[in-house]
Amino acid sequence: MTLLEQFNLWLANYMPQWAAYLLPALAGILVLLGFVLTMVIVFIYIERRALGRFQIRLGPNRLGPEGIFQPIATAVKILLKEDIVPAKADKLIHFLAPLVVFIPILLIFAVIPIHRGAIYTDLNVGVVYIIAISSISAVGIYMAGWSSNNKYALIAAMRTVAQMVSYELPVVLSLLGVVLLVGSLSINQIVEVQTVPFILLQPLGFIIFFIGALAEMNRCPFDLLEADSEIVAGYHTEYSGMKFAMFYLGEYGHTVLYSAIITSLFLSGWKGPLLPPIIWFLIKMVIVFFVIVWIRSTLPRLRVDQLMSFAWKALFPMAVINLFIIALEVLWLPENVYWVMFFINFALAGVLILFWSKLFTLGGGKVEV
Amino acid sequence: MKFERYGLGILKGMALTFKHLFRPPITVQYPEEKLVMSRRLRGNELVWFKDRCTGCATCAKACPQGNIVIVTHTDGNGHYVVDKFQVDTGRCMFCGLCVESCPYNAVAMGMGYERAQYRRNGLILEKERCSPDEKQPSGYARPEFAAALPKQTLLVYGDKEREEGGQKLEILPRSKKRGRGV
Repeated sequence: MTLLEQFNLWLANYMPQWAAYLLPALAGILVLLGFVLTMVIVFIYIERRALGRFQIRLGPNRLGPEGIFQPIATAVKILLKEDIVPAKADKLIHFLAPLVVFIPILLIFAVIPIHRGAIYTDLNVGVVYIIAISSISAVGIYMAGWSSNNKYALIAAMRTVAQMVSYELPVVLSLLGVVLLVGSLSINQIVEVQTVPFILLQPLGFIIFFIGALAEMNRCPFDLLEADSEIVAGYHTEYSGMKFAMFYLGEYGHTVLYSAIITSLFLSGWKGPLLPPIIWFLIKMVIVFFVIVWIRSTLPRLRVDQLMSFAWKALFPMAVINLFIIALEVLWLPENVYWVMFFINFALAGVLILFWSKLFTLGGGKVEV
Repeated sequence: MKFERYGLGILKGMALTFKHLFRPPITVQYPEEKLVMSRRLRGNELVWFKDRCTGCATCAKACPQGNIVIVTHTDGNGHYVVDKFQVDTGRCMFCGLCVESCPYNAVAMGMGYERAQYRRNGLILEKERCSPDEKQPSGYARPEFAAALPKQTLLVYGDKEREEGGQKLEILPRSKKRGRGV
């Protein structure tokens, strides 16, 4: 039973049923919105400081102690700017696109438990829900690129659609490995079952999901859609003011979202000793995000054809093989012998990665670079 | 079997960037931390030594911009007395020709570089504001000043410079927030 349902039951003693149903729902929405927006601000701060340290700079450190108010100042600055719509833009779609990008992110948080029982709704098809809703923001980005009547925005939007569609497959397939292991699609159930974090049980699935998630949230090295050295600012070239803020929020909201999903599915969610569950959840989220920033500070951007070939020729077949092996293990291995699975899957991940890297070297490794 | 082609290259790069986390930042937080300038800096001001100046106006003739104005009269003993020595640093291009041309070492470039003003008048230095009591003369074309000045802070240095103490951010006034050596 989730906390909101308990709240509902408790309220039902004092007021009519519809009010007792409505109040927890609204409270949950407010809490979720607050959680997401706060985490976005915190993540922007962490990203800018960590990226600065990775580049031997300091990062923003002027506003407030250690610069913690810098993201707020940035947000205020963006909100106060003029909202410019190009003369030949498709006005309605131009207006709708930021909403279509940002709102699905909030929707997905409804099924992610951030504490024991702290989940907006314990949907029994949570993983399907996540997969279904998370694809919507690709439509929003395409709307933005199309409606702004700008060639760079359109190029970025085209790239986004190709990228999102391609990386959706390995992401979904690697999620299915987790689902097979647990035997449930509910995220809450998945977290409850994880006595051992699933990153240890299916490392290959984790790596595929992580790379796919990087592509899905358009982070480096897959940030082709806003490659500032090629196509100005990508799909939000023609956006400013509040609408740009929505895109910015959406971008970091995506990062928060995928950090939360990775934490829930592979790092055993809110579980952990000593500290309260919510703290464990936040710590794991920040660690995942730190790795994302780390990757951003290290790796250069991929070329478009490399991006597509990596998705279809490497991640997709590896995800299929991974799913197949997990299915066999679930079928044949006895229950709760995690260490067997641990060794098999780590060996398998190593072999598969070596084999597929061979395919991606120049001339099958025969050409000296 | 070269493992660089099997994902190890990525890991190596990641390890390198991770090491950067533990290096002190290269950033100099300017108003709080200041680097020591070169000892031969042609700074944004002119230092004028009253006792050595004979009023010959060689500097004024050497100035390509005509920034230096000298007005003199004779004191009756065959000497000039300088009534007015005025430099318009707003139009100065810091070529240093006035300093090089002075036969009596009576002018030197200054070490100052923070000379932003709200009014253009503020850029015109009268002789009171050029005196060595107020300004630090730099060692440009004046080796006797250079010896006494602190060594320049180098941001990038080899082992040799470090031994010589060329790189010392510690001797500078540190920022109260998080001053740090490089």
